[in-house]
Amino acid sequence: MHGRPRKALKQEDEAALSAKTQKLRSLQAHFLANHHNRIYSKEALDVSAKLLEINPECYTAWNYRKLAVQHLLSNSDSDPHSIFQDELKLVEIALRKNFKSYGAWHHRKWVLSQGHSSIDNEMRLLNGFQKADPRNFHAWNYRRFVTELMKRSDEDELKYTEEVIGANFSNYSAWHNRSVLLSSLLKRKVEGYFPKEIFLKEEFEHVHNAIFTDPDDQSGWFYHLWLIDQTVKTDAPLLVSSWPSHGSNITVIRDNGLHGCGLSLLNGTLSDTRTLPIILDFNQAVEGINSSTVSIKSELLKEELVWKPLSTSNSNTAQVWVVYLNLGNMELQQSKTYSVDISIGHSKGIVSSNENHYADPSQISFKVFVQTASIEHSEGQGGKKTTWKHTNFHKIDHFKESDSIISAVQNHHIPTTSNWHTEEIGEEITKFRDLLSDYDCKIGKLTLARLLTALDSLSSQHDGRISNTEEILQLYTDLMKLDPTHFLYYKDEHSLISLKQITSTRDSLLPYCHYYKDATETITGYVSLQLQNLSLSRLGSIENLLWVQMLDLSHNELQSIEGLEAMQLLSCLNLSHNKIGSFTALGPLRLVKSLKVLNISYNELGCHSVDTTRYLCPSPLSHTEEFAWDRFEILTGSVSATKFWEVFLIFGSLTLTELNIIGNAVADENFRSFLVKVLPTLKWLDDEELS
Amino acid sequence: MAELATEKHVSYILSVEKRKDNFESVVMEHLRMSGAYWGLTALDLLGKLDSVDVEEVTSWLLSCQHESGGFGGNVGHDPHILYTLSAVQVLALFDKMDVINVDKVTNYIVSLQNEDGSFSGDMWGEVDTRFSYIAICCLSILHRLDKINVEKAVKYILSCKNMDGGFGCTPGGESHAGQIFCCVGALAITGSLDLVDKDLLGWWLCERQVKSGGLNGRPEKLPDVCYSWWVLSSLTMIDRVHWISKEKLVKFIIDCQDTENGGISDRPDDAVDVFHTFFGVAGLSLLEYAGVKPIDPAYALPVDVVNRIFFTK
Repeated sequence: MHGRPRKALKQEDEAALSAKTQKLRSLQAHFLANHHNRIYSKEALDVSAKLLEINPECYTAWNYRKLAVQHLLSNSDSDPHSIFQDELKLVEIALRKNFKSYGAWHHRKWVLSQGHSSIDNEMRLLNGFQKADPRNFHAWNYRRFVTELMKRSDEDELKYTEEVIGANFSNYSAWHNRSVLLSSLLKRKVEGYFPKEIFLKEEFEHVHNAIFTDPDDQSGWFYHLWLIDQTVKTDAPLLVSSWPSHGSNITVIRDNGLHGCGLSLLNGTLSDTRTLPIILDFNQAVEGINSSTVSIKSELLKEELVWKPLSTSNSNTAQVWVVYLNLGNMELQQSKTYSVDISIGHSKGIVSSNENHYADPSQISFKVFVQTASIEHSEGQGGKKTTWKHTNFHKIDHFKESDSIISAVQNHHIPTTSNWHTEEIGEEITKFRDLLSDYDCKIGKLTLARLLTALDSLSSQHDGRISNTEEILQLYTDLMKLDPTHFLYYKDEHSLISLKQITSTRDSLLPYCHYYKDATETITGYVSLQLQNLSLSRLGSIENLLWVQMLDLSHNELQSIEGLEAMQLLSCLNLSHNKIGSFTALGPLRLVKSLKVLNISYNELGCHSVDTTRYLCPSPLSHTEEFAWDRFEILTGSVSATKFWEVFLIFGSLTLTELNIIGNAVADENFRSFLVKVLPTLKWLDDEELS
Repeated sequence: MAELATEKHVSYILSVEKRKDNFESVVMEHLRMSGAYWGLTALDLLGKLDSVDVEEVTSWLLSCQHESGGFGGNVGHDPHILYTLSAVQVLALFDKMDVINVDKVTNYIVSLQNEDGSFSGDMWGEVDTRFSYIAICCLSILHRLDKINVEKAVKYILSCKNMDGGFGCTPGGESHAGQIFCCVGALAITGSLDLVDKDLLGWWLCERQVKSGGLNGRPEKLPDVCYSWWVLSSLTMIDRVHWISKEKLVKFIIDCQDTENGGISDRPDDAVDVFHTFFGVAGLSLLEYAGVKPIDPAYALPVDVVNRIFFTK
């Protein structure tokens, strides 16, 4: 029972309770009999009223009252006003007994909606209830219902929240309602509230009073974060990066060696389908990427292209979209340059989930060179084995200007007539530094870290510079100590900032990039990005890494690889010695069709009873994918699907040639033989060549 | 640290199922169907579902079904979507879906979808995102999700999304952990979790953990064992559950046990009930507490039951 102490009752109390129980039981029986026999006499109505006064939660009794009202109204001499008045009185009594009763509040709404009662009394009643319990969400919901009926203006309601907050700032419900009202005023472009910079300054002032009075009270925290977001966020979606990037040169090698028709990128191999992906990465999920909103002009284009959202869900929106240029059937000419020109958003149709239109028409042009080379394939069916030994990785002195490394789009055509965003964030930074100099508090540090991140993101949109990372990293490190309960939240944020720092420029990336070349290799191999041993618990900044074909993330603390699906060129991935705890966590890899080599040894597969990515990976559970029973049975025979569906779902859709999975709780012999069945392309398992 | 008093909780739950004479059981009589779901699911998570008489439960359950296809909270009470889901969940636990006419139950739920995609709780028109979850969860268990307009249902849920990333009962309603579970659960089952601001919502949810280790349901409120379920299941579905301290929460739930008579309460030393006993056990399940079977965070049924529904031919 909510809030009732656990203790034995005294004898006289027990006797009283027993009598009360008897009474309630008989009322309930009497009421149900009336209900079933459709008796709506005054006496019968009294029974239901008494029952609801004791137990307002008895929903069937409220239903009965509605039927009774309908019955009474059908009498020609009835007085609707007084009939409904009785209902309003009963609801008021019931609410005084329990003002969290869903049934009672809905009954009141129902009565009001019938249009026979005055709404003038409702505000008085509400003010009373809201004074007694300023956080009651039923009362706030009812208030929204009544103000709409009364056509009370948002401005008047905004004043009400001011009064409530003035009386006691510690009222999350009132701050919440403020955000609802302001969003509505902004959306309707009401004078004084549009554009948003008009009210943001004042709102910041407002919420400072709350946060600075008691920084440990959460009431203003989320509202403040919302204001930061409103300041920084552009409503319209923006393209943040692409692969290939604008102005880059892509060299494809036409292979005249043993296999004749091979085709590869200069640094690495194209997927088996001989396709060249074009990847567009936006700052928010969008829909409507198709051949009319994104036009591609090139000799390489022979057929209508179908853009695909890189999404693990049912919706047709995604932050990252990809299309594949099919080069397989093409007579590519030696030493010829093919240009590809892509224009994005010149016609309307790219829309964010908030229904904002893409408004930054842009152009991406790149060139494809064709070279012929004779690639010597090594002996044997198995091909070469990728070894993550560090002797196979060679330092890179510098990138070439044309290397398609770093894919960010800069210099957006955002109108910069005013710099209010940056100024506002700058002022906030000063204020929170002041707060922290007086009082060392978690929300102060966290907000400062977020503000500095916001400032970096505003300035990087214009000139690509970020300058506060060291301070932000230090703030998150402090927070891990200051608030150990949320240690991993701060650690995840820390990882995101670290990755942003590493990937922000070509210079910052260079120390992490190596050429892969083992002893037997005859051509220069991949540029490998080496991010091992960085204590990363979360991935980010993928928009800067779209070019990556070989990625070493080993010896980190990753539980998830959310976002990795954007790396459409990825061929070799090392995730060994991380904390991947379920197969569904590898879900993003299903969208990476180019992946051939995967190392997930020494993770936590099979260690956990709870799967935290169960609903982030497409499956029959979320109606995002039907289970391929036929294929499952053909590949696996009589194995139980309830036990192995995740493994089948993930590995059954990959075309790996090499897999390392040793060092996980699941990796026993049974499991290995199951894996070999669902992965017919596999040549190497745990460094052993399969026969 | 003290341990989970499994045996005591099992006998407590079994005694509640039988007790019909005290005040609480009379006050709660109208929601006995949900009570049955809470008690039986808790028993299953504790490995003791076989201590109940399946025939007895299903025949009582069927006596709560109406001509419309919907179930009431008890014999003689009106049909409501709340109790219809509870009834279907209980039948799923027992693998006894064949005792009902699935199409009839489906029709009842389908009839409650409104033009804007929302769902009413019953014929009287109360609208709430709780009912959206219930409709979606129930139809999915029955393999009939295609009978409603899922796209509109999802759109309505999104119209209840707030500045803090959470969700309310209706558009404009304040975020509340219970409501968030319903909305995130509905989005999970419909494959729409990409529409959740996982980091924003995750921060709001992980800040529900207070000093004692317990979780509250809204900012500046007291902790309560039931939020161990509402908050944890939501954090689990969006893969942000590592943002709270699991050890502290385990301790809080264990501290809310009545080690003498069994049962779990909202806060330490309060009176126990079957609702909090279930949510305490379910919370421990999501915390991977040894000896408690894993529970599915979206369907609120044991994982083996959910896997049986979706991965047996």
